[in-house]
Amino acid sequence: MRRIALLLCVGLPVFAMAPAFAAEVSAAVAANFTKPAEEIAAAFTAKTGDTVTFSFGATGALYTQITQGAPFEVFLSADNKRPAQAVTDGLGVDGSVFTYAVGKVVLYSPALDLTDGAVVLSANQFQHLAIADPKTAPYGAAAMETIEKLGLTGALTPKLVTGENISQALQFIDSGNAELGFVALSQVIDKPALQVWRVPAEDYSPILQDAVLLKTGEANPAAAAFLLFLKSDEARAIMEKYGYEAGSGT
Amino acid sequence: MLSAGEIAQPVGLTLMLALIVTSLLLVIATPIGWWLCRSRAAWKEAVAAVVSLPLVLPPTVLGFYLLLAFGPNGPGGLVAPLWGARTLAFSFEGLVIASVIYSLPFMVQPLRNAFEAMGEEPLEVAATLGAGPWQSFFRIALPMARAGYLTGAVLTFAHTVGEFGVVLMIGGNIPGETKVLSIAIYDYVERLEWGNAHILAAGMVVFSFVVITAVMMIDRRVGRVVG
Repeated sequence: MRRIALLLCVGLPVFAMAPAFAAEVSAAVAANFTKPAEEIAAAFTAKTGDTVTFSFGATGALYTQITQGAPFEVFLSADNKRPAQAVTDGLGVDGSVFTYAVGKVVLYSPALDLTDGAVVLSANQFQHLAIADPKTAPYGAAAMETIEKLGLTGALTPKLVTGENISQALQFIDSGNAELGFVALSQVIDKPALQVWRVPAEDYSPILQDAVLLKTGEANPAAAAFLLFLKSDEARAIMEKYGYEAGSGT
Repeated sequence: MLSAGEIAQPVGLTLMLALIVTSLLLVIATPIGWWLCRSRAAWKEAVAAVVSLPLVLPPTVLGFYLLLAFGPNGPGGLVAPLWGARTLAFSFEGLVIASVIYSLPFMVQPLRNAFEAMGEEPLEVAATLGAGPWQSFFRIALPMARAGYLTGAVLTFAHTVGEFGVVLMIGGNIPGETKVLSIAIYDYVERLEWGNAHILAAGMVVFSFVVITAVMMIDRRVGRVVG
């Protein structure tokens, strides 16, 4: 017992002092942005010494948590609605919203030849088409928009299986349970070209991914610094490597 | 606000699932519980541990393995083609299999306990009176274990109704097929449609309260009669 008390006396001040050397940023990040976010954070840490802790999830789920007081300081959404809503709801800092990336939707299948995905979709020779939940995940909404545009809503709706977020849609495909599905280009950027069909930009509205500084992070300079870093050339290069178009930064 | 159909579909699906799973487990768990009670094999407790694993494992572990097992590259890919599918995931049948595994300990445990509480004596008496093993099982053991069966059935039913993580991972959220009550509630919460979430969630709270009260009453009343 005495030894534990001693440990606490010696140990606690060390932990308490840590923020003086390096700050920590807590960020809620849309699942599709997982890979670039981790790489950007590594670059950010290398540069500033500050670290970023991520919570990845579906944009809708993360936003629900934020409205209920989740201790996130920065929110990288997969859409441009929720960051604006965060400001309206008094949860986000006014004027801090900007587009950090523009996402691209692809049709992906490890099994089928997707040189022309539209043809594969019309041919309809499959049992399950995976998408992210169109009501909560912007990539799911973009997938539905594409299906609509191709005039296949009636034919394909019975075959849809819905992942809770875009990562789960990919799980369904990669585990072989669904033959193909709509995911983010960033998730399958390293797959062979034959397995990935890039949906033409005119088939869906651009997926503007906005970021916002949350009120909980207003007092943490590292949170603002991380958002600023997202606009840097270094961060933009990482995003482009992962299949995003870098955002306008405004 | 929710229409009657929007409530009825997930509720009906969930009750159907729970009913089928409970019926199947009544049959499946009986020999397992009986064997765990009667066997003298050294590896008996290892089997008991395997049966109990779903109690301890996070649903994500089970969901992950089932997702792989159900797919075309797992055993599911061998079974599913029998009715023209390629995977057991995203189907009601798949949910039934997953739930049977997931709820197995909730049926086996009470049965094993009930058989053990009965002791050797009644069966020995039955044997001296000339009853065969089947006869003494159906006429002595089964009625004496009725509290265990009731508890097991209620717990299994309730546990299946409350299942969430596993279904989330293998269900694919298909209305009328795999979109059970817990998933429907999660959906509404995510969409910030909290009014609808409240209706279903409050129903679940009431249901769970009734179930737990029922289990306690069964334990006290039937237990007393038998014990």
